[in-house]
Amino acid sequence: MRYIDEYRDPDGVRRLAEEIGRATGRAWTIMEVCGGQTHAIVRFGIDGLLPEGLTLVHGPGCPVCVTPIEIIDRAIGIASQRGVTLCSFGDMLRVPGSGKDLLRVKSEGGDVRIVYSPMDALRIAEANASREVVFFGVGFETTAPANGMAVYQAARRGVKNFSMLSAHVLVPPAMEAILSSECNRVNGFLAAGHVCAVMGYEEYEPIAARHRVPIVVTGFEPLDLLQGVLLCVRQLEEGRAEVENPYSRVVRREGNAEARRVMGEVFRVIDRKWRGIGMIPRSGLGLAEAYAEFDAEARFGVGGVSVEESGECISGLILRGLKKPVDCPAFGSRCTPERPLGATMVSGEGACAAYYKYRRHEAGPAGGRNNG
Amino acid sequence: MCLAIPGRIESIEAADDPINRMGKVSFGGILKDVNLAYVPEAGVGDYVIVHVGFALNKIDETEAEEVFRYLQEMELADEVSPGSAGDTG
Ligand code: SF4
Repeated sequence: MRYIDEYRDPDGVRRLAEEIGRATGRAWTIMEVCGGQTHAIVRFGIDGLLPEGLTLVHGPGCPVCVTPIEIIDRAIGIASQRGVTLCSFGDMLRVPGSGKDLLRVKSEGGDVRIVYSPMDALRIAEANASREVVFFGVGFETTAPANGMAVYQAARRGVKNFSMLSAHVLVPPAMEAILSSECNRVNGFLAAGHVCAVMGYEEYEPIAARHRVPIVVTGFEPLDLLQGVLLCVRQLEEGRAEVENPYSRVVRREGNAEARRVMGEVFRVIDRKWRGIGMIPRSGLGLAEAYAEFDAEARFGVGGVSVEESGECISGLILRGLKKPVDCPAFGSRCTPERPLGATMVSGEGACAAYYKYRRHEAGPAGGRNNG
Repeated sequence: MCLAIPGRIESIEAADDPINRMGKVSFGGILKDVNLAYVPEAGVGDYVIVHVGFALNKIDETEAEEVFRYLQEMELADEVSPGSAGDTG
């Protein structure tokens, strides 16, 4: 397909990989903060093309993975009520809460539906006036404008039986949290291309300057990823720490004005707990005052509970770039996509799930460590 | 989750309000209804990047050539500095 195939050209891939080899003089650690990129890196074996010492680590790039269990429990609590239809993206339904997942609620008779777009949930609400329809809205800045539009339109059209459980997270505060941590080992970032498609990249400029890290806006195909790595390495070698945008076919500096307008109207920035990382100030989106009546959390009176994570799971370390999935003793044995113990095994874009799909064999026979 | 794929706008429906702008977008021949509210500048024949039923941005055709121009420059640079070609350092 156009704008996909040409960016997978093997000759270009080889050329860029060679150039990265020439450009790399020291050991560097670069983090990507988008699960789609993690998936592509593992799928296309991009990390295997890099010179020794140049390490890619996978950040908290999957909104499904970082959604705290208590929010999943809230969704389950809502979905279990009579007269409620709960809609979300497919990935969300498989995430285990403290007791069960949403698919289980469905098999027990709950009305839980997978939708492709948040607007589908709004349509379901309009077609079923007697039911309460709740959209479980998850996502980064990429998805927030779409989810926000469903609420925006519900308000405009006066759809009273629609509401949203908001679990939106923002990427830059998570990058700041990683950089500010004492054990940080990240030298540079590949910024998530589709987050930047909406938000632009102005907000990364102070982060690059403050923490002295290069940040390169990066796309999702092999040529994009390698070019992102190359520009990042060049900056590191030259001692620069700037924001660069080689993904300019999709991303402009100011982002998408109309999408940002709707987001800014419907949402407000709130403190948010990230699964595996903890509380990050001003890192989430809740509904703005003017849209409070569409807040499912208030409408259904769910909240409060906090939940313990599996003690064995090291996904918190993986999400901060300190460990790789194959370092986890449970990886591929006690923890698989069918029976996930932790956040990063749940969604197809989680680092553990991507490793399980493409390089399960790298884990030792007992699922032990293998640092290559 | 942030997967967004490129497709070509095949048609745009008339809308009372720009916020309701919808169109058909082709992904390698498969047509889908896509909300075009966030890409007011995009028209039929343009490529857009689509995520959960919304076009997020129009793809800039000139910028799309960037990486290939870059690769070409690299090739030229290789040719003018003999000895560097094939040297994988
Ligand atoms: S393999 Fe499973 S238990 Fe281990 S870190 Fe990944 S999600 Fe957690």
